[in-house]
Amino acid sequence: MLQFLLRRIAVLIPTFIGVTLISFSFIRLLPGDPVMLLAGEHALSPAQHAAAMHALGLDRPLPIQYLDYLRGVLSGDFGQSIVTKRPVLQEFFSRFPATLELSIVAMIFAVLIGIPAGMFAAIKRGSMFDQLVMGSALVGFSMPIFWWGPLLIILFAGVLHWLPVSGRISLVYYFPPVTGFMLIDSLLSGQEGAFQSALSHLVLPAIVLGTIPLAVIARQTRSAMLEVLGEDYVRTARAKGMPPRRVIGVHALRNAMIPVITTIGLQVGVLMAGAILTETIFSWPGIGKWMVDAVFRRDYTVIQGGLLIIALIIMFVNLVVDVLYGFINPRIRHN
Amino acid sequence: MATQDTSLAKPVSAAAPRRRSALAEFWYYFSENKGAVAGLCVFAALILIAILAPLIAPHNPDNQNTNMLLNPPAWQAGGTWRYILGTDAVGRDILSRLIFGSRFSLFIGVVVVTIAMVAGVTIGLVAGYVGGWVDTLIMRVMDVILAFPSLLLALVLVAVFGPGLLNAMIAIAIVYQPHFVRLTRAAVLGEINREYVISARVAGASPLYLMTRTILPNCLGPVIVQAALSFSNAILDAAALGFLGMGAQPPTPEWGTMLAESREFILRAWWAVTFPGLAILITVLAINLMGDGLRDALDPKLKRS
Repeated sequence: MLQFLLRRIAVLIPTFIGVTLISFSFIRLLPGDPVMLLAGEHALSPAQHAAAMHALGLDRPLPIQYLDYLRGVLSGDFGQSIVTKRPVLQEFFSRFPATLELSIVAMIFAVLIGIPAGMFAAIKRGSMFDQLVMGSALVGFSMPIFWWGPLLIILFAGVLHWLPVSGRISLVYYFPPVTGFMLIDSLLSGQEGAFQSALSHLVLPAIVLGTIPLAVIARQTRSAMLEVLGEDYVRTARAKGMPPRRVIGVHALRNAMIPVITTIGLQVGVLMAGAILTETIFSWPGIGKWMVDAVFRRDYTVIQGGLLIIALIIMFVNLVVDVLYGFINPRIRHN
Repeated sequence: MATQDTSLAKPVSAAAPRRRSALAEFWYYFSENKGAVAGLCVFAALILIAILAPLIAPHNPDNQNTNMLLNPPAWQAGGTWRYILGTDAVGRDILSRLIFGSRFSLFIGVVVVTIAMVAGVTIGLVAGYVGGWVDTLIMRVMDVILAFPSLLLALVLVAVFGPGLLNAMIAIAIVYQPHFVRLTRAAVLGEINREYVISARVAGASPLYLMTRTILPNCLGPVIVQAALSFSNAILDAAALGFLGMGAQPPTPEWGTMLAESREFILRAWWAVTFPGLAILITVLAINLMGDGLRDALDPKLKRS
């Protein structure tokens, strides 16, 4: 197992180097004066300019610059924001809980609906229910979520007035962040109605962000379930007279879940891309909105750092999924 | 040399009737899937609309009628049949803009898929055929590109190149081509040791001939399915970039850009937001339905089951 883990990590090293190379070259690909781009300094005299180049390490050979960059990244130094002058990593961590909270709730939504829907669609293959699930899944999979969000806002905020339009919590509540998760912080604050407010702000963004994963999970569960239901051991269990509920719940579902878990893990990239749009629609102060704002404000160090951090998160989650998969399925471990 | 020419000419002439039957077989499996046929019909209609846009659009998509700002659709109180789907914030006819917008979406899909597919298939062929360190290097580079979420990487690339439709398309194509590389490489590795490839090699076919004429045609099934999937994703991603203000710039009647322009009016003018999104959804849905049919028809693993 340890050997398998080490081998998996070793495979990631070239990808890590490549990912850092891309985020390193990003700034150097930009047209224009790097000092102006990186330090936001205008109208410097040649001497000041040279000093700034030196201070930023831009006068050194490119390979040395890259090694400097790599050393910084490995020690947690992702540079500082051009606009706010705060360290990029600090800015990231102040926004990440918002995205994490949203993503977790979105995934819970997707899993709680997607797995039962896919499972019953497979059991009742060809039925009206199956067709309904598969049809909805195809629509969900094709959904432009930057349209789905506004549509839900029109319905639930505009027409029905059930849910708020945007933000994480009503402005009448204020309490210092403890965990960064609004649901938990609002409970900790002890203020009446704060939790309900936080929850109602979370519903629409979570549905919007969870829609595509929901569609993918439902489809994947259905096809995995259909495959397993055709296996010999399921037929044997049935032939022995085992009640259908037990055959499906114990024998079939457990084995069908293996590819589904992989699919769930692979949705992290989808969630990150979805967060960019969802957070923009709902003014959700997470890393997706942070990145979009950075692009608009030309805060290149934030773009550079954010790009790298997000790629590293995805790599890490993929590694965890891989290892979990190897843990569940020994055949992969020893391959 | 002469004998070899005739031996090569023979299978070509024999292949002609077989290709027709392959097409018939393809259509047989494709038409089994009712959704796919429906998707194809919608897609064909979209192509027609895009081509005939200047003829069928009731108004010029850029004409602003300042007396008719945010006018509701015809069937709502205050609506008029002159502007069937209503007008946007500066009094432009939404239906006409949607009709012209179909040109952009289809164009985006075609350009992105063409760039991504040609580059991806070429690189994948080389990786699979040459193997060794070339293969390793190419696949590691593709892993790196795949480590980023496509929309994020496209967003950052657009930040480098500057916002605009062309840059958005290039960025999306760059992000999509690793999928083609992986598929093609896997297919090549599956085919390269087959007897027909070896016999062609023994017969003296050049590596270029082997790659493009012998192996490639037998790897195209999954590539075509991927192309359909990429086509719909490209439309979605380009519209998403337009929505974020990083794709096509106003006043281009691109659907995502139209959505972005009317976002601030969502609670006042539902039609200005609803119809562009509906157009995107219908287009993407039709192409995805078609893609499912293509997979049924082209995937040999599913075909016989």
